[in-house]
Amino acid sequence: MARSSKTSLFTADLIVPAIGDAFRKLDPRELIRNPVMFTTAVVALLLTVLLIVGHDGLAASFKLQLVVWLWLTVLFGTFAEALAEGRGKAQAASLRATKAELTAKRLKSDGARFDNVPASQLKKGDVVLVQTGDLIPSDGEVISGVASVNEAAITGESAPVIREAGGDRSAVTAGTRVISDEIRVRVTVNPGQGFLDRMIALVEGAERQKTPNEIALTLLLVGLTIIFLIAVATIPGFASYAGGSVPVSILAALLITLIPTTIAALLSAIGIAGMDRLVRFNVLAKSGRAVEAAGDVDVLLLDKTGTITIGDRQATEFRPVGDVNIGELAEAALMASLADETPEGRSIVVLAREKFGLTTAVLPEGAEVIPFTAQTRISGVNTGGRVIQKGAVQAILRANPEAGTTAAATELRRVTDEIGRAGGTPLAVAVDGRLLGAIFLKDIVKAGIRERFGELRQMGIRTVMITGDNPLTAASIAAESGVDDFLAEATPEDKLALIRKEQQGGKLVAMCGDGTNDAPALAQADVGVAMNTGTQAAREAGNMVDLDSDPTKLIEVVGLGKQLLMTRGALTTFSVANDVAKYFAIIPAMFIVLYPGLGVLNVMGLATPQSAILSAIIFNALIIPCLVPLALRGVKYKPMGAGPLLARNLAIYGLGGLIAPFIGIKLIDLAVNGLGLA
Amino acid sequence: MTVQGWLLIAAFVGILLALTKPMGLWLHALYEGRRTPLHAVFGPVERGFYRLSGIDPEEDQSWRRYAVHMLIFNAALILLTYVLLRAQALLPLNPLGYGAVSENLAFNTAISFGANTNWQSYGGESTMSNLSQMLALTIHNFLSAATGIALAFALFRGFARRSATGIGNFWADMTRVTLYLLLPLSIVLTLFYIASGVPQTLAASVDVSTLEGVKQTLALGPVASQEAIKMLGTNGGGFFNANSAHPFENPTALTDLVQMLSIFAIGVGLTYTFGKAVGNTRQGWAILAAMMALFLAGTAVTYWQEAAGNPVLHHLGIAGGNMEGKEVRFGIAASSLFSVVTTAASCGAVNAMHDSFTALGGMIPLFNMQLGEVVIGGVGAGIYGFLLFAILAVFVAGLMVGRTPEYVGKKIESREVKLAVLAIAVLPLTILGMSAVASVLPAGLAGPLNKGPHGFSEILYAFTSAVANNGSAFAGLSANTPFYNGMLGVAMWIGRFFIIIPMLAVAGSLAAKKYTPETAGSFPTTGPLWTGLLIGIVLIVGGLTFLPSLALGPIADHLAMIRGQLF
Repeated sequence: MARSSKTSLFTADLIVPAIGDAFRKLDPRELIRNPVMFTTAVVALLLTVLLIVGHDGLAASFKLQLVVWLWLTVLFGTFAEALAEGRGKAQAASLRATKAELTAKRLKSDGARFDNVPASQLKKGDVVLVQTGDLIPSDGEVISGVASVNEAAITGESAPVIREAGGDRSAVTAGTRVISDEIRVRVTVNPGQGFLDRMIALVEGAERQKTPNEIALTLLLVGLTIIFLIAVATIPGFASYAGGSVPVSILAALLITLIPTTIAALLSAIGIAGMDRLVRFNVLAKSGRAVEAAGDVDVLLLDKTGTITIGDRQATEFRPVGDVNIGELAEAALMASLADETPEGRSIVVLAREKFGLTTAVLPEGAEVIPFTAQTRISGVNTGGRVIQKGAVQAILRANPEAGTTAAATELRRVTDEIGRAGGTPLAVAVDGRLLGAIFLKDIVKAGIRERFGELRQMGIRTVMITGDNPLTAASIAAESGVDDFLAEATPEDKLALIRKEQQGGKLVAMCGDGTNDAPALAQADVGVAMNTGTQAAREAGNMVDLDSDPTKLIEVVGLGKQLLMTRGALTTFSVANDVAKYFAIIPAMFIVLYPGLGVLNVMGLATPQSAILSAIIFNALIIPCLVPLALRGVKYKPMGAGPLLARNLAIYGLGGLIAPFIGIKLIDLAVNGLGLA
Repeated sequence: MTVQGWLLIAAFVGILLALTKPMGLWLHALYEGRRTPLHAVFGPVERGFYRLSGIDPEEDQSWRRYAVHMLIFNAALILLTYVLLRAQALLPLNPLGYGAVSENLAFNTAISFGANTNWQSYGGESTMSNLSQMLALTIHNFLSAATGIALAFALFRGFARRSATGIGNFWADMTRVTLYLLLPLSIVLTLFYIASGVPQTLAASVDVSTLEGVKQTLALGPVASQEAIKMLGTNGGGFFNANSAHPFENPTALTDLVQMLSIFAIGVGLTYTFGKAVGNTRQGWAILAAMMALFLAGTAVTYWQEAAGNPVLHHLGIAGGNMEGKEVRFGIAASSLFSVVTTAASCGAVNAMHDSFTALGGMIPLFNMQLGEVVIGGVGAGIYGFLLFAILAVFVAGLMVGRTPEYVGKKIESREVKLAVLAIAVLPLTILGMSAVASVLPAGLAGPLNKGPHGFSEILYAFTSAVANNGSAFAGLSANTPFYNGMLGVAMWIGRFFIIIPMLAVAGSLAAKKYTPETAGSFPTTGPLWTGLLIGIVLIVGGLTFLPSLALGPIADHLAMIRGQLF
């Protein structure tokens, strides 16, 4: 799915099918899901019937126009929804095509021979062979082999990624292509439940269920509709006391203008568009509920590496201990790092070359590399009879117990603390068991991150940095980056405990993670964003998946969640505030026959009672398509405190909603009279 | 309008604001069930009640249990009143030998007092025996008021408690409010009224000769004691038909001021209690600010309209404000203020005839009630009604700052929205529905005294007053008919208990929720912005519905007056 963030909302290929769908959505079974629009449709139907059989002294042309505009009101609503859905449909179609062509080489029990079967027949637990050029037939876990995989079909990123058995990069997704080597994959999902299926359902909006907040808002709108229904239904009784009557068509017009049709028509479009914005942002939310929860988040747990600091630490200094010459330390560090392809290792090489003029580029013949393992946490090289070791200070001291008691060791510990306090990570270097000193690896805090945290603080969100570093290092980076709090030497259990503690205090917590050991915390967090590069377990546990595997996005996801809720709130306020002007248009028009004095309420100076009613109903209908772009794009969101934000939105949508219809109805009235429509 | 008039209004507001905190603190002690200085006197009585009735005041009731106990208690009391009124002729303390109260009037009156409405389709001095006044009616003055305050406490607990199942104990709340608040305050106020010249006697009426030498019968009775609780509990049911316009109920300017203050005293105190209960008194002040703004706006309009008077009469050479239906003792300012106070709080006592107000001057009392009696409101009922509006306000506003809305630490979700809408919708549904029925049926059309929009206002006012549990009358309407007694009785029942049940459900639902701490991201429900928003929601959700009916009633009436046509 290519990222097409700047695609226009209103291209012909989106609008034309949406018009057809708008009519299809008039199906009462679908319409009833939106009670306000259903009411509008019922009233429109009633007036259509009355147009044919009714006799109430109103001109047929006037009634015909009313009927047309009422139907248009309904259609504008269904059109908005269709348009919002349409954007996902094209994507869904291409994903479907991918899915249809998937076949699998299902391994037989001997583990060597295989059958060719359609992917749809694969079950959980089957093992399949995927060879160069094959599409991976189902979501699963690599159980043997390593391959480079092109995941462009899912992520839009064409650079291949490595997928290998074991570790945190073992998950593969159906529909992605192996471009070299072969792997065996154990299927982890049953047909129809895979990632691809979920994406299709998601972008298409087929599985869309109303979110809790949407349900609450719908209830409010239904309540308002009932209240206004009574307000209008009792008018004939009151009018009869005054010795007159009000035609049904006019009552119907008043009802439809008063009930909150504007927000009701746009409500589902807002929800679909909100999810769609997330998809365009390359984040898949498993439910709308998760997106709403993102807006509510109080605490963000952010991994230090990759989010707060650029992923790689850089060597910035050599710190010899005892009588060791700094050049000697630099040379040993260089030798120990020549075979180290990690960014840290490369930065040590660069530092040694640039600062100390060392030119050795390759290891001498016969050198034996000591690979890094999680157990020893040491790497290095055996060359020329020397054993050069490089690793975490504790690990080096453990590996060389006899060196631990020397004066150099004491000094090394002091240097280690200093580096830690300065926000760095020390790596110790030893040659043949003799401690030479430490390499200062510095975490580079990302540019602009301090400002981001400032914004989050304004929004009322507390940020907590999660790091495996020791508390000293963590405190220094926390101070430099402006994060509110940190959790040092964090284990997955610590993370989980922190989330539970925050939640017990009533906070909503968001985090991101990728490893299998992150899964419990991802599941516990209210918003858990799993990295697409992560393990299947992590992807299952989170309620969102970030296809770009960029942990910084968590911050944007919160913004998108807030924007979704704000759009709903703003349009609701606008819709309700509109009622004041509509009253001023219709009430004098309706009652002027009974009490001519009520003509003074016609503050807009609308030409005739009929044109006043027509103008109000036209405004009520036209405001829907006018607001469609706002509903689909979402209201502008700038991070700021709740007070100023509310003041701003109230001024725009509350006050604006009060004033705009007075102007709009007046202009329409001028047009209606200019065209001689009433 | 005069400087004196505005000074009266300013003094009234000033004293009221000074009363808010002490009253609120006292109520908060009762809310928490803490010991007060009065426990030395009434403590044994309280414990005696519990022992006698086998009540455990420590039992924490779920909202359902609280509601059921409240309903049974009130239904039983209403039934008792009905029986007492029907059997009046057979019972003692009936010096004038009044007969049984008719079935439909007894039905109407029993519900009316039970629902804290005190709509009176009868003239007290010519219908009720002293026993009926003191036992059948005054008992409700205390207990319906105590019920209202207890219910407010229950809702406060919903907001204040965290992950709790119960919302307090109905019986304990009732007993404490009655014993430590209503009773002692009523005793003090009774003594004050007696000192000011209000009768307090069990003697029958006395006959006197007037200056013109005509014999006049002056009705007497235990007036002062009923007067005290009539105001304090926002009941409003007068001893005499003329209510607080009668010199025996309201003899001096000072009693007039004290009466107005006692109508609002508990209502304003409860806003402070709410703030204290949820741990931030500014929450309470914000609500009070919204209420006071609505109140002052209403007062200004009514005073302005009454002082401006009637242009038709001005053309006839009668200058000055509108004095029709007003006591000369009180004048325009005090009458205007009283009318807004009594309708803002669901008291319904009157010191002037609202029917005789100018069209717009009389529309404010009507509109106050249509908003749902939430401008200060009835004791307890005002604040719980207002908090329902606050829930809707916070829901809409909360969305606009991009969070699931929360109010004083509780998330407002679909259940609360549904219940709040349900409770708020009861009012327009019943008022407009019943007014429409009455304006069509012959039995309803027989009621109004006047024709045209003014007659319609009379019908609308009656149902509004009943449903909003105010009880003030626009006069003009002949309401003591089976049709109106029956309809209004039902209206009062619905207006009281159909709001209480969903409200208690909200309390239960909120109490069960976790507490969500306030952050910079949750918008502050304390500042002027919030106050303004509350006012807006009350006006738009509560008021907009009534615009067509107001247009056909008082607004048409007013516009016709300008054109020289009176009804």
